[in-house]
Amino acid sequence: MAENDPVYIAGVYEHPTRKAPDKSTMQLHAEVAKGALGDAGLKKDDVDGYLTAGMPEYEYGLTPLVMADYLGLDPSFTDTTDSGGSSYISHVGHAASAIRDGNCDVALITLAGRPRSRGQATGSGVRKLRTMQDSFERIYGATNVTMYGMAAQRHMHEHGTTSEQLAEIRVAASHHAQYNEHAMYRDPVSIEDVVESRIVADPLHLLDCCVISDGGGALIVVSDDVRRELDRECVELLGFGEAVGHHQAGRIDLTRTAAERSGMRAFEEARLGPEHVDYASIYDSFTITVLEAIEDLGFCKKGEGGSFVEGGTLRAPDGELPFNTDGGGLCSNHPANRGGMTKVIEAVRQLRREASDEVQVDADIAIAHGTGGSIGTRHGAATVVLGGESR
Amino acid sequence: MSENRRPVPEVTPETERYWSAAAEGRLLVRECNECGLTYHYPRALCPDCFSEDVVWKEASGVGEVYSYSVSETMEGWPEAELPLVVAYVEIAEGPRLLTNVDCSPEDVEIGSRVEVQFADVDSEGIAVPVFVPVDG
Repeated sequence: MAENDPVYIAGVYEHPTRKAPDKSTMQLHAEVAKGALGDAGLKKDDVDGYLTAGMPEYEYGLTPLVMADYLGLDPSFTDTTDSGGSSYISHVGHAASAIRDGNCDVALITLAGRPRSRGQATGSGVRKLRTMQDSFERIYGATNVTMYGMAAQRHMHEHGTTSEQLAEIRVAASHHAQYNEHAMYRDPVSIEDVVESRIVADPLHLLDCCVISDGGGALIVVSDDVRRELDRECVELLGFGEAVGHHQAGRIDLTRTAAERSGMRAFEEARLGPEHVDYASIYDSFTITVLEAIEDLGFCKKGEGGSFVEGGTLRAPDGELPFNTDGGGLCSNHPANRGGMTKVIEAVRQLRREASDEVQVDADIAIAHGTGGSIGTRHGAATVVLGGESR
Repeated sequence: MSENRRPVPEVTPETERYWSAAAEGRLLVRECNECGLTYHYPRALCPDCFSEDVVWKEASGVGEVYSYSVSETMEGWPEAELPLVVAYVEIAEGPRLLTNVDCSPEDVEIGSRVEVQFADVDSEGIAVPVFVPVDG
């Protein structure tokens, strides 16, 4: 295939579980793979590309070997890029490149994890030192939540952002989650509920934080030739971009993320802009993650995210920028402590008109954006622009 | 501070001098002779220009809080040191360092002037730079 040949997402599957004490993580990988293949109308033997990130439960490495063995795959292309929660959005872009290069035609992407059953809250304690940087960060108690807290604190300082504005993000997500039978928290909350919940890492409250859930999800990315043989409605990948944000040798800016670059790259490839987006899936590890991404993706100017989200902007179906209509990581699901996978899945549901009726948007163009790692130190950003079949 | 059980950093050939200087009461930064960058955390090659002509430089030890957050709980952290103020301090030489501001949460805000101190850890010959507010 050639550089500009279209590539499609043909199948998606989100595991309905949020707590899986009686299953192995590998089993969840297999179950979501089977689910996504079934959604696309493809068989396991059709898979010739396989992508997944590392397996946090196993520090062994050799991920493509371990996974292909367990799943019984014979891939001609593998990719195990691990940039945290943004990985699975990067995988969509990498699968598209592999398909265009002729390295595979049917790429399977899987995510699974059981942090809830394993009692593993992401970054809430001083875990053992693993990277070189941990000796300059973790030793100070710089956990994920304190680092996102620092980002929120700085954003508030520079731009006057308030806790109430951040709370709007949770409020919109909770409004959507009430229609998702699988969501962990289905009760709508108010701004007061959020700002009166206990402080976890100043200025972030408990309800500024995402859920901890077991589960997983899978995607099937296919070539145009494969797409033509399927009965299933497919979603076209119009643009992809990824980027890494980090310390910049001591010049870190906690108010900006690499979404500035991943978003720009994705929109450029799609020849579209934020003004064309009907629905946005935006990774929501914390409310501040969403606020900074909204600014960096260009939905409003830097510093104006707080006023932008006020008054139901993010609320489907009528808000200006309906987001995370499944309830997102804040209310529904955050399998493996990673949010990118479910972001793509809900964007595909929206474009196929398969979201919950109450939050279905008239969406022809959607984005899914992921943030991985921590915006307080180093993070991955990945963005896809997706188009519905009938657009 | 013998009962102090702060996590102990991993000391490598690339970072040993940073940690041992801290035990002597000095905060070191890296400076590149090629492009002039002053940077943190220490690396053998300049992260801007990849020059290997980089030197250690003693920092003044003063700076101001760029941002901070407060943790009331911290799994694996000495109880007596909670709540914990985690902060980025921008030192006078430029770089922003992840660190702790050793004070009660109400005594810190963005822009607070701070100076370096050195906390003992359960490991011979090294200490960990932290900061404390400076009056006025």
